[in-house]
Amino acid sequence: MTAEIGLAALWLAAALAVLQMVSGAFALRAAEGEVNALAIYARPAAVVQAFLAVLAFIMLLYAFATTDLSIKLVASNSHSMKPMLYKLTGTWGNHEGSMLLWVGVLALSGGLLAGFEKRLPERTMGATLAVQGFVALGFYAFLLLSSNPFERLPVPAAEGIGLNPLLQDIGLAIHPPTLYAGYVGLSVAFSLAMGALLTNQVNPAFARVLRPWVLGAWVLLTFGITAGSYWAYYELGWGGWWFWDPVENASLMPWLAATALMHSVSVLAARDALRTWTIMLGVLAFSMSMLGTFLVRSGVLTSVHAFAVDPERGAFILGLLLLYIGGAFTIFALRAGAVAEGKRFAVASREGALVFNNVMLSAILAIVLLGTLYPLLTEAFDVRVSVGPPYFNPASAIFAVPMFLVMAVGPLLRWKSDKPARLQIELGLIAALVIGTIVLVSFFGQFPLLPLLGLGLAAALAVAAFMPLRGRKLWRVPVATWGMVLAHFGVAVSLFGMACEGAFSQERLAAVAPGGTEQIGDFSVTLQSVTPVAGPNWTAIEARLAISESGGEPVILYPQARSFWSPPMSTSESALLTRWDGQLYAVIGNQAEDGRWQIRVWWKPFVTFIWYGGLLIALGGVLAIAGRVKVDVKRRTASTKGAERRADLEALGASPAPAE
Amino acid sequence: MKAKQQRLILVIIALLAIVGAGLLAAWSLRNQANYFYLPEQMASEPPEVGQAVRLGGMVKAGSIQTMPDGVTVNFMVTGNTADAIPVRYSGILPDLFVENSGVVAEGSLGPDGVFVATNLLAKHDENYVPKELEGMGTEQAAKMAAETTVGLK
Repeated sequence: MTAEIGLAALWLAAALAVLQMVSGAFALRAAEGEVNALAIYARPAAVVQAFLAVLAFIMLLYAFATTDLSIKLVASNSHSMKPMLYKLTGTWGNHEGSMLLWVGVLALSGGLLAGFEKRLPERTMGATLAVQGFVALGFYAFLLLSSNPFERLPVPAAEGIGLNPLLQDIGLAIHPPTLYAGYVGLSVAFSLAMGALLTNQVNPAFARVLRPWVLGAWVLLTFGITAGSYWAYYELGWGGWWFWDPVENASLMPWLAATALMHSVSVLAARDALRTWTIMLGVLAFSMSMLGTFLVRSGVLTSVHAFAVDPERGAFILGLLLLYIGGAFTIFALRAGAVAEGKRFAVASREGALVFNNVMLSAILAIVLLGTLYPLLTEAFDVRVSVGPPYFNPASAIFAVPMFLVMAVGPLLRWKSDKPARLQIELGLIAALVIGTIVLVSFFGQFPLLPLLGLGLAAALAVAAFMPLRGRKLWRVPVATWGMVLAHFGVAVSLFGMACEGAFSQERLAAVAPGGTEQIGDFSVTLQSVTPVAGPNWTAIEARLAISESGGEPVILYPQARSFWSPPMSTSESALLTRWDGQLYAVIGNQAEDGRWQIRVWWKPFVTFIWYGGLLIALGGVLAIAGRVKVDVKRRTASTKGAERRADLEALGASPAPAE
Repeated sequence: MKAKQQRLILVIIALLAIVGAGLLAAWSLRNQANYFYLPEQMASEPPEVGQAVRLGGMVKAGSIQTMPDGVTVNFMVTGNTADAIPVRYSGILPDLFVENSGVVAEGSLGPDGVFVATNLLAKHDENYVPKELEGMGTEQAAKMAAETTVGLK
């Protein structure tokens, strides 16, 4: 029954999306301040649709939990012997399930917007919901017509095929849902931007409505990317934390656009400048998340993320992509001229710095986008290429370096117009830190240029991040400002980790007989024994490595080479020894003919800082949301109180209260 | 400065930066993109020594030799013709790296004509074939990949 309920819920939700779209569009026909009789259905439609889509997802979750092998998707992706956690996370560890999660989150956020957002004018809200319904409808159609997750098998399977072992990890519980929620949060930002553009309401009030969605999406994307990077780092067993894999780029591009959008929204909310630019970034950010979905889900890429290679699906998503992005940019081109001019500002001002960094972020986005699409493009001409770090690292650094420098200074500048001369000491200090660190580090040895620059910039940024707090009473600093300080400091921490990993990593690859010892950095690694072990759905050979730092008490690590039998596949389970100043990363390989075992060990100083930094950035975003919400609640209570007092005074027949 | 002018200047600067990024990308992509070679292509038109490229083909039967250090292997990669390219790789071999199976080697050609691989991509499971190897006598595997699921990087 579950499958039928889920499928029915999906069809109903699709029908409600149509209603939401049509009813929302009628709001546009109403005059200013009035309500069209047909426009009142948009909000309830969005809310009920959210319930139905979530219900459909819960039904699929239930089918996976009980391993209902009469459903094709469960039979081809799950296995009754799998641990419960991986049965549940396996729900979205496949194409159909992950698209259902996408749609579920999309409907849920649309429902939240419709249910709780009362600040926008009704016309803008109607247009927003219409766009949201239009976006949702495309994805319902995609699910129902070409990737039905609830399809039954004519005869129930005896046993499931199982889940890709690489996905049998706690990472699958975190990484895809957060990334999807981030992508989808950007879809709400897109709908809001379109709504405001269509009804000509691009103003600070609109920016304040848009901001929590952008911030929320950005926090989730940041967290999802950080989690995904750490997952790839320990699961793939290559010791790398970022591969410039097209799929990673697909998540990085929306993040870059969202970062730019978040800053531009803040300018719009605070200063009423950058109106059209904000709308364009809103369209761009959503386009990038659509493109990401296309790249990952269409099967044009072969990677761990490409669950299914089906040309029909690829064509469908490409169609949706062209429809939404083309439509959005057409509306933007037609309407952007009507958006009134925002406030002006000088080049040397906080707005100026933000615009500069927005442009730099967009340039990096262009670099990543072109590098990601280039292999697809050349393949059309039958030339097979792959693009990797030798392209991405230097090309993006050309724009990242000036961006980081301006990022250090930007928050110190005043709004509207400022004199750089005022900041002589701060500018001097930042320059001294960059140059001083680079000189100091080069003194100790020869290092590649990029990590060296990274170290210098990280030092300067770490100090500069706290400069906006100088001379202020710390307990009176708004929560949102703390959020900015923390996020900027997180960038410095992350950059420091990346630079250290690039400059100081050590690697040792050797064939070791049991009892043999290898030296790496301050660590001596002894292979004590190699034994076979077994898990619930795998067998493995496990090495017992005794790691002793500078001759101290040894710690035992157990790297494994696992063989799964359903589906049959081998993975390398790395073993990590985490110290405050870095990580030791050990992998076991094959056995040589003479009985020695291949051991590969890395010592990666401060590599963990990459992800600590990512978490700090996300935490900064959370604080920014909390701060805005706090201010907003305060303002609402104040205005309710004011209204009550006025009402009381009127009731008493006294003279009108003075203005608030 | 008039408001309109400021807006125009902003747009121009933004466009310049983006076009600059595009040109830079196009230029460095031409230099840095990693071209894919089949063994017969590498034999007839070898890439420059030291240039990063990818070589894909089949591991020749009986050609895998492990060096005394226990971590370096030498093997030959063959394609659709009799040409075979010697490859040297130091590192942990992919799990299903066996004779007569497909492999993609990332690395560069050494001055001695040996392809020095920095990374090997092999079949990780029976469903997956490196994209470049599709249609090279492994149609059946490629078909399976298309029908079922899981691909691996």
